[in-house]
Amino acid sequence: MKIVIDPAKCQGHARCYALSPELFDVDDYGQASVRIEGEVPEALVEVARLAIANCPEFAIAEVD
Amino acid sequence: MAERGPVASWATDFDVMDPAYIEDPFSIWDDLRETCPIAHTERRRGAWLLTTYDDVTAVAHDTTTFSSTQIMVIRPDEAPQGAGPGFLPYGIPPISADPPLHTWTRRLLLPWFSHRRVASLEPMTRALCNRLIDGFIDQGRVDAAEGYAQQIPVRVIATTLGVPDSLADTFTGWVRDVLEFADDQLKRIEGRRGILGYLTEEIARRRQDPKDDLISSLLAEEHDGAPLDDRLILGICALVLVAGIDTTWSAIGSTLWHLATHPDDTARLVAEPTLLPSAIEEFLRAYSPVTMARVVTTDTTYAGCPMAAGDKVLMNFPAANRDPKVFDRANEVVLDRAHNRHVAFGSGIHRCAGSNLARMELTVAVEAWLARIPQFRLEHGADVTWAGGQVRGPRSLPVVF
Ligand code: HEM
Ligand code: SF4
Repeated sequence: MKIVIDPAKCQGHARCYALSPELFDVDDYGQASVRIEGEVPEALVEVARLAIANCPEFAIAEVD
Repeated sequence: MAERGPVASWATDFDVMDPAYIEDPFSIWDDLRETCPIAHTERRRGAWLLTTYDDVTAVAHDTTTFSSTQIMVIRPDEAPQGAGPGFLPYGIPPISADPPLHTWTRRLLLPWFSHRRVASLEPMTRALCNRLIDGFIDQGRVDAAEGYAQQIPVRVIATTLGVPDSLADTFTGWVRDVLEFADDQLKRIEGRRGILGYLTEEIARRRQDPKDDLISSLLAEEHDGAPLDDRLILGICALVLVAGIDTTWSAIGSTLWHLATHPDDTARLVAEPTLLPSAIEEFLRAYSPVTMARVVTTDTTYAGCPMAAGDKVLMNFPAANRDPKVFDRANEVVLDRAHNRHVAFGSGIHRCAGSNLARMELTVAVEAWLARIPQFRLEHGADVTWAGGQVRGPRSLPVVF
């Protein structure tokens, strides 16, 4: 599984960061990023799915 | 003065300051979503009320048609007297601004409320909560709204703005006058005067003697090569004060009300503290305090409704968060709700700039309370009163433990 954040949609609600500070960061201006390049490690796949389902701006997506 | 008299029909004559709405908005929203998801009123010079998730988020994202230049859900019938014309010519940006003013003023504020900065305020917030609890725990009862919830955000914000703790009660009074009693012309003006007068003096003091606080940092900023206009700084600081107090206090109060009246949820949260993060998001969803307004910029038709330039549109985030099309068991509090795309902090470019701070304060306030008061309930015959309209939450909440 790989995930991306659409910077145009992200508004910095930080729900992703609250769910997994290992996988996500949010900068001082409320812009989120994925900390881990490439494949999401197995242990974080579930929380990655949760982040997708909880982002109020639909900014996180799974890519193949 | 605003029109009075009972609401004839919620679909065509709604009034968010009506006592019935403040008492129980939930059944009104459920009804409207089914029968008339875009309600209308002639009161207060015409407004529309949105209650579905899709409509609320769509309007929040269309900042061209729906402007933030009027965000109060109650339109004051007269301009406040005495504040002086043009006293806040820039309004209270970024909340009252559209791009481009919104964009750059928001960037001035955001770093002050980043999750990193907020984490540094956590120890102080926890100590504050414990100090408050120390003050009443031996009595076996407290008004959890006035004696706890209300005391927390104002002191945290005071730290950010660099103003002394001793003014906390005065600040709280002013903010309530502006938001909660906005229908009362005199109170609204008093509150505004208090806030602006105080901040004007603080800004002058910081210019002489800068500190490590938000006011000083705004004085040091430039935009387009020039320092910021004092009246802009005043507006921004007034916003932080008004936006950060009532809202957070209401969320803490509603959460404690829920726990006082749902002992099973309280016991579960005490037994399974790892549920706290999802529970906090769930309390924010189910008891979202804040409804915001927009003003229509040009005559338009939205979802078949003819909206005229100048009409107000109320984005009811709390109602959106109970939309059964988006949330299973929408009217229930589900502590471990896994899918919770709530919009308690708004949607789109105006997403609450203080949301990290609010989330931390709510979490710490509940955690500190439950650690020392794991069992509590409403006092027998308790008179719980609520504020509603723009910001919903309990204003008195007597509990025993
Ligand atoms: C539970 C507590 C809170 C809730 C539910 C809440 C809710 C909201 C909502 C719904 C908005 C969007 C307004 C709109 O779309 O017009 C907003 C904006 C804002 N809030 Fe909060 N808020 C809370 C606490 C705070 C705190 C603690 C601060 C502290 C500074 C704060 C500062 C702001 C600011 C500056 C904006 C304007 C952002 C912009 O227009 O870009 N809020 N808030
Ligand atoms: S939850 Fe969504 S909007 Fe919020 S910071 Fe993460 S990606 Fe951005």
